Amino acid sequence: MTDSVAGISGMIIEKLLANPKVPRDIDGNSKIVEDLAFDSLAVMNFVMEIEDELDVSVPLDKLADIRTINDLAGCLHTLKVAHA
Amino acid sequence: MTDIFAKHQGLREAYEGLTAASPRNPFEVVIERPISASVGIIEGRETLLFGTNNYLGLSQSKKAIEAAVETAETMGVGTTGSRIANGTFGLHRKLEAKLAEFFRRKHCMVFSTGYQANLGTISALVNKDDVLLLDADSHASIYDGAKLSGAQVIRFRHNDPVDLEKRLARLKDHTGAKLIIAEGIYSMTGNVAPLDKFVDIKTRHGAYLMADEAHSFGVLGAHGRGVAEMQGCEDGIDFVVGTFSKSLGTVGGYCVTNHDGVDLMRLCSRPYMFTASLPPEIIAATMAALEDMQARPELRTKLQENAARLHAGLQKVGLKTGEHVSPVVAVTLETVDQAVGFWNALLENGVYVNLSLPPATPDNRPLLRCSVMAAHSPEEIDRAVAVFGEVARHFGL
Repeated sequence: MTDSVAGISGMIIEKLLANPKVPRDIDGNSKIVEDLAFDSLAVMNFVMEIEDELDVSVPLDKLADIRTINDLAGCLHTLKVAHA
Repeated sequence: MTDIFAKHQGLREAYEGLTAASPRNPFEVVIERPISASVGIIEGRETLLFGTNNYLGLSQSKKAIEAAVETAETMGVGTTGSRIANGTFGLHRKLEAKLAEFFRRKHCMVFSTGYQANLGTISALVNKDDVLLLDADSHASIYDGAKLSGAQVIRFRHNDPVDLEKRLARLKDHTGAKLIIAEGIYSMTGNVAPLDKFVDIKTRHGAYLMADEAHSFGVLGAHGRGVAEMQGCEDGIDFVVGTFSKSLGTVGGYCVTNHDGVDLMRLCSRPYMFTASLPPEIIAATMAALEDMQARPELRTKLQENAARLHAGLQKVGLKTGEHVSPVVAVTLETVDQAVGFWNALLENGVYVNLSLPPATPDNRPLLRCSVMAAHSPEEIDRAVAVFGEVARHFGL
């Protein structure tokens, strides 16, 4: 399920929903900072969890351009393909 | 016209929410004057100082004070220039030689603050073709230095050699330089880094290792050279950065190394080049404090005893502290409201500590951060612990 952007996006949502503080109605277009109320540190820490799942490392400068869950999924997918 | 401060609206709301619930503004505490290293006047009252990072009490060193006074009288109070122009006095060179000798390294560069030492070293060592591997709980000066460098930044889990190795393994085809950065003692929690394990890893993966010993210089190791000395791995640390504003009680920062290439940093490290150098009286006081520290190893023994006394005392009254016994002892609380109330009550009862709030703290939890000193008496530590205990009971903790 982590071979495509959609698959990675689904995995991210599943992980996010494991946190009871995250709103239940999120989808791939949800904005990570605005809709999920994550601060910069929370975003970095969450990305760390996903990195292990996909065996990739996301350089911090890449996070600056990420707004939505789908953006994050796209970034992770690109890194995973490059790393493969 | 766009309101230039509109971007800070969220910060304003958080700030106003915090200060509205607090009888005093935690960001505007004024120490009217220190009476000694361990006692200062706050709000007109004598207050025990347990949040000053003045680990050896040397901000009040008589030798350092005399050196500063004598130097100010003979050389004036400032250099009015940068190190690469008119701001290098003989004293700057002398301090650099003394520090290189103390750390048993070939080279030393002195910076105007500890913050600039990290900014200036990191931004000169790596660029966009390189990768920085930072401990996730790194100090803001390390993150800012990383940003200034333009290098790719990868975080590894705090104090976790296995996680670091995993991330280095993913970089096996990377052609640029790899620089790992860890701190000796972490400023918020007092956690001590496994630098010896990081040395093994960096050697296997062809990376460089920089240690920020800001809070461990003068504090750990038989001679006070920090965690690397304590763990017997100094030869494996490529760059050691630190500050004078903690154990030496003055201000300024340094980078020491055996790499000859560091001389070129003087010509490309912008935080080193484009700022005024340290005033002569500060350099003189720093050298005197360094000599004082070397002449009195018993200060480190006393500091460790005091750290153990405070750590054990706070645990005994039921508070949650970190597992490492170090001069930074942080009590972890669950909510910001609880921490603000607790911190105010401590101050009203004559004990000053640092209120540390997320996101500057790990795990999104607030901390009451204490730093202990060699200058604290056992009675002062017991008094602080007793106040902590009373306040904890009052708050039902």
